[in-house]
Amino acid sequence: MRQAIQIFRKDFRSYFVSPIAYIVIAIFLLVTGWFFFATFFLFGQANLRNFFSLLPIILSFVIPAITMRLISEELNIGSYEILLTMPVTFTGVVVGKFMAALAFVVAMLIPTLAYPITVAALGQLDWGPVAGGYIGAVLLGGAFCSIGLFASGLTRNQIIAFIIGMAICFSLTLIDKMLFFLPRSLLGVLSYLGADFHFQNISKGIIDTRDVLYFLSVSFLGLYGTYLALREKH
Amino acid sequence: MIQVENLTKYFHDLCAVDQISIDIQKGEILGLLGPNGAGKTTTLRMLTGFLQPTAGSIHVKDFSIDEHPLEIKKILGYLPESAPLYHDMLVFDYLNYVADIRQVDKDHKAARIREMGDLCGIDNVMHQPIGELSKGYKQRVGLAHAMMNDPEILILDEPTSGLDPNQIVEIRQIIRQIGKEKTIILSTHILSEAEATCDRIVIINRGKIVADGSTESLKLSAGNKKYVQLCLQKADFKSVDAVLSPIEGITGIQRIEESENDLEVRIDCRSSIDPRAEIYQKIKQTDWVVLDFHQESQTLETIFRELTLEGK
Repeated sequence: MRQAIQIFRKDFRSYFVSPIAYIVIAIFLLVTGWFFFATFFLFGQANLRNFFSLLPIILSFVIPAITMRLISEELNIGSYEILLTMPVTFTGVVVGKFMAALAFVVAMLIPTLAYPITVAALGQLDWGPVAGGYIGAVLLGGAFCSIGLFASGLTRNQIIAFIIGMAICFSLTLIDKMLFFLPRSLLGVLSYLGADFHFQNISKGIIDTRDVLYFLSVSFLGLYGTYLALREKH
Repeated sequence: MIQVENLTKYFHDLCAVDQISIDIQKGEILGLLGPNGAGKTTTLRMLTGFLQPTAGSIHVKDFSIDEHPLEIKKILGYLPESAPLYHDMLVFDYLNYVADIRQVDKDHKAARIREMGDLCGIDNVMHQPIGELSKGYKQRVGLAHAMMNDPEILILDEPTSGLDPNQIVEIRQIIRQIGKEKTIILSTHILSEAEATCDRIVIINRGKIVADGSTESLKLSAGNKKYVQLCLQKADFKSVDAVLSPIEGITGIQRIEESENDLEVRIDCRSSIDPRAEIYQKIKQTDWVVLDFHQESQTLETIFRELTLEGK
């Protein structure tokens, strides 16, 4: 566990050393800000439903960009060999890197708190759904980070890691909007698999254990997959 | 200290390391020699626990690498080939991170980093990003990384590759200095380096150990062959062969180079008999001119060539 914390600290810090962090945060804030405020004044409603409904799609391409370098860069420059010959376990590496990515996502979400504050100044804002939305965003971020990390562990090429991660995250987000094309017998299962479905539940302000459990299990599966991917190279 | 038994590694169908067994004592500096692709790096990677052997066992002290990899990694420092380090980190930050992961005591951490900086000569680049360093400096940072927690065993994969001659001498001094108390395993393909730094040399070829012993014992075991090198003018190979081969103790004559004027030959002899006097007498009876006439015993290089070229 001690090693996981050290790896977390190192990877989290190295995000802010390179310009990638600032670019990703800037793009994220621009996209969410624009999409949110472009229609906000037309609707004239003091809520953040619009922001949270867009969040899964935006995160499903932003998060793989955050996680893509975590393992594949180590594989590419070979520092992976140094990392694994230090007294660390695979679990320590996976957990440390996951925590770094998740902490970065949280750091990226913090500036968006300006939206509810602005909205609250303009009208009567119900803080319940906002709090739910942010809890959901962190859970969703965790699930996507673990998927992105898994993709990063598969290849030494960051671009490929990004595309694989994005493909999985996008599919999870959009699957419940594609149900139209799918056989009726699969509907129940597939709609349960959709990340967006669970996220929208939470962002209404209803924290249901089923939804929380869904995100936790996706995170766990992603991390376990990463663990296996690392072991396989051993 | 380290027991390696029947270590084998297959990459798919390719056998990289084939049933290697070595017993390494505490305080030994062991040099692993071999041509490219002989399995040196693979062997070292298995010793560090980075790769899992296909078969065979590795024990360090009382720990088996399968069951207690973490305990072994704690007492082991490793410098991989070409020191792959994080490019975007500062040297100081990197060493700090390594010290944290290796659980160097908080109170001693700063002192230890400074000590490593002095020992490896990197105290003047502490605040530069690793990616901007020259290869030699990267290698030194890698060395500092490997020695950070004062490990009992140090494994260095080609520690002097990419260094300039002055740095090579320095690194060798460092290795000899720390080798007084520590067990060091280093791989190299520079033979003079192995000869200068190692107590014991293991030569591997195509995944198998072909020689194992101190430099002296290797020379001794292969030392039943000596040869005389001869450079003549006004001679042709045929007549030289005819004149010299009847001499007792000469096992063969090989042409090294023949030009219009000069002929260079190598005369293989048994080490028990010194045929030089007789060769001289024979040559005196002809009208050949002797330009060069000297005896050579086996050097590490010839031993290495002989052992690793066999069967090719």
